[in-house]
Amino acid sequence: MSEKELGQKWDRCLADCAVKFGTGLGLGIVFSVVFFKRRTWPIVFGTGLGLGMAYSNCQNDLRSRYVLHSKYFSFEQK
Amino acid sequence: MLRVCWKGAHAAARQCVCGKVKAHPLQLCRRYSTAGDSGSTAGKIVAASLLTVGGGLGGTILYAKWDPKFRANVEKSVPYSDQLFEMALGPPPPPLVTLQKKPVRVIEPLQISSLSEASKESKQPKAKAKKSDPAPVEAPAAVEEAPAPTPQTLKEASAEAAHIISAIGEVPSVPAPGTSDESPPGHTAADEECKDHHEPVLKERPAEEVTARLAQQDKAEQDALAGLQVESLGSTAKTTLQAIGAQEAALTAIAAHTNKLKEAMDSQTPPDEKSSQWKALNEALSERTRAMEEAEEALLKAKGELENLSGVINSSKQSKINTARPQILAAEENLHSMIVDLDKVVTKVQTAQTEAKIVSQYSELVNEAKAQFQQELANITPEIQANWKRLSGKLSADDLNSLIAHAHRRIDQLNRELAEQRVREQIHIEVALEQQKLEDQKALERAVVSALEHSREDMRLEQEKKAQEVREVMEAEMRTQLRRQAAAHTDHLRDVLKVQEQELREEAQEILNSKMMEQETHYRRLTQEQLDTFTLDMNAAYARLKGIEEAIDSHVIAEEEARKAHQLWLSVEALNYTLKSAGADFPTEPLEGAVGVIKENCAGNEFAQALATAIPEESLSRGIYSEASLRARFFDIRRLARRVALIDETRNSLYQYFLSYLQSVLLFEREQVAPPAKLAPEDLDTFKLLAYANYSIERGDLELAAKFVNQLRGESQRVAQDWLKEARLTLETKQVISLLSAYANAVGLGTTQAP
Repeated sequence: MSEKELGQKWDRCLADCAVKFGTGLGLGIVFSVVFFKRRTWPIVFGTGLGLGMAYSNCQNDLRSRYVLHSKYFSFEQK
Repeated sequence: MLRVCWKGAHAAARQCVCGKVKAHPLQLCRRYSTAGDSGSTAGKIVAASLLTVGGGLGGTILYAKWDPKFRANVEKSVPYSDQLFEMALGPPPPPLVTLQKKPVRVIEPLQISSLSEASKESKQPKAKAKKSDPAPVEAPAAVEEAPAPTPQTLKEASAEAAHIISAIGEVPSVPAPGTSDESPPGHTAADEECKDHHEPVLKERPAEEVTARLAQQDKAEQDALAGLQVESLGSTAKTTLQAIGAQEAALTAIAAHTNKLKEAMDSQTPPDEKSSQWKALNEALSERTRAMEEAEEALLKAKGELENLSGVINSSKQSKINTARPQILAAEENLHSMIVDLDKVVTKVQTAQTEAKIVSQYSELVNEAKAQFQQELANITPEIQANWKRLSGKLSADDLNSLIAHAHRRIDQLNRELAEQRVREQIHIEVALEQQKLEDQKALERAVVSALEHSREDMRLEQEKKAQEVREVMEAEMRTQLRRQAAAHTDHLRDVLKVQEQELREEAQEILNSKMMEQETHYRRLTQEQLDTFTLDMNAAYARLKGIEEAIDSHVIAEEEARKAHQLWLSVEALNYTLKSAGADFPTEPLEGAVGVIKENCAGNEFAQALATAIPEESLSRGIYSEASLRARFFDIRRLARRVALIDETRNSLYQYFLSYLQSVLLFEREQVAPPAKLAPEDLDTFKLLAYANYSIERGDLELAAKFVNQLRGESQRVAQDWLKEARLTLETKQVISLLSAYANAVGLGTTQAP
């Protein structure tokens, strides 16, 4: 169903967002804990990174239909 | 009453409405309503019609009474009017019939009746003579006595005439007179009556009738003539003979009487015989007187008969029947001879009478003398009173002496008288001679006259005889000429008849031929007609048979078609039914089976096959969604499409998504908007489109909604894609199925046969 596609997309988007957020957060926390002495900026950075990736994925996913795919063909005159 | 009617009507209506249909009260009311005011006018109309009818009938009857022709007309034209007229007026008057044939018919009876009359006439004097004449004539007497009681019937009269003819047999059969068609009938005296009757009615009669009439006429004439002549001849002959006989008898009686008287006068016979003599004398005298009377009567009768006969002969002479002339002549001769004989006899009688007179005178004188003598004797002898004849023996001597003396005296006296007489003799003789002369002269004259008459008669008769002979000769010549002419005529007739016969035969042959031809053609035509009709019938029957066969075939075909259509319809119905099997969210069963069945059922039907194949594959394999599910789905689509209304190729970031969602939340519009007839470009807005589509789909018009949804662009389009596809599928399938069902219905209608 085409109408379900959007919903699915949105579901994926949200799921991806949640995952990315969590992963970002987690990595952020990890990195903050590990590398950056428990500063918040890696958490935020990671969360932000994660959300950003999720947003971008979501957008790409939602845009995917409109993206023109091209291919290069090289003509070689023989 | 009207109110009652209305109530009734209402009740009836209610009842009708309730379902108990009883319209009688309404009808009754209707009937009541028509009566009432129209009663008097109806009565007037009835009375007027009755008056006119009665007047017409009465007028007809009265006019029929007055005019019988009108009555006859009406009786002819109107069936039972004759009975009505008879009842009212009595029987119709008898029709007038002209008397045409009666005089012609009457003539023959008249002739016969005239014959009977003539026979009666001739017989009545005979009868009279018969009564007075006791001298019977044997042969005619029997015949005469028979007609004496006046025969009534014509047949008797003719039979008597025949009797007379046969009895006497004098007159031979008269040959037929000359052939003349218009010869008038018998001209005898008695036929003059019928001549008067006949002449005014002379007209053309048919040949057979004419010949019959001629024969009858001839026969009648013959009969009449013969009868009359014969009868009259016979009668006159008889009477003459009778008269002659009577005269002769008288003559003899006179002679006898005179002889007797002379004898008696002689007085030489003995006295005994005298008385007998005187008796005989008286008898003779009486006889003589009687005979004289009879003779006179007979003479009168004979004279009458002779006159009659002469009249008859004259009348028959006046007739133009030539061949009767000899008979007439013979009759005349007979008449003449009879007259002559009669005259002779009469003269004889007269002479005898004169002689007898003389003798009687003498006898009278003698009787006188005797009487005188007797008287004297009686004077002398007064005591003798009785007749002296008887007293011949009773006379005394004195008486005798006186008688003798008287006798002597008487003798002396007589002698003296005698002497005187002798003296006067001469004178007396002279006187007597003169007287005799005179008488002789008279007689002579009479004789001469009669002789003259006789001679004249003889001459006339001879002349007539000669004339008759000449006439006969002429007649014979005429007959020969006529015969020649008749022969020529018959020859001519024969020729003409031959020619006519030929002509007629030819005509008849022609007619026969034509008729034969006609008949043949007719027969041929009839046979041809028969053949034609037969072939027509055969053709008709064959055509009908063919028609029947075709009809049966077409019936079979039609039934086959009907069966097929029915099956198609059933399968289409099955397909329709399968459509209903769609649930809320899940599609129908795959239509493959049903469609396959359809395909099987309409194997020969191209249209149905095409249709069946036109069903989209998806529906066959997967089935279609019902409209309701599509409708339900549309709501989701609409919501979603509204949310992504801004998203298209250019704007498709997440921000746009947010914006579009915000737009959808903040945009207030009517959910359903009636779509316009024509779409303008500003109507191509998502929201409007969705509103139109919503409106359409709410109204059940999926097609229009699909059309509107098809106009969506961008993400909305992508979102509604599937729905559209489904809608398209459903619509297509439904269209095909509806076509199929319509087709099946049409086919079913076409093949169903009206009862």
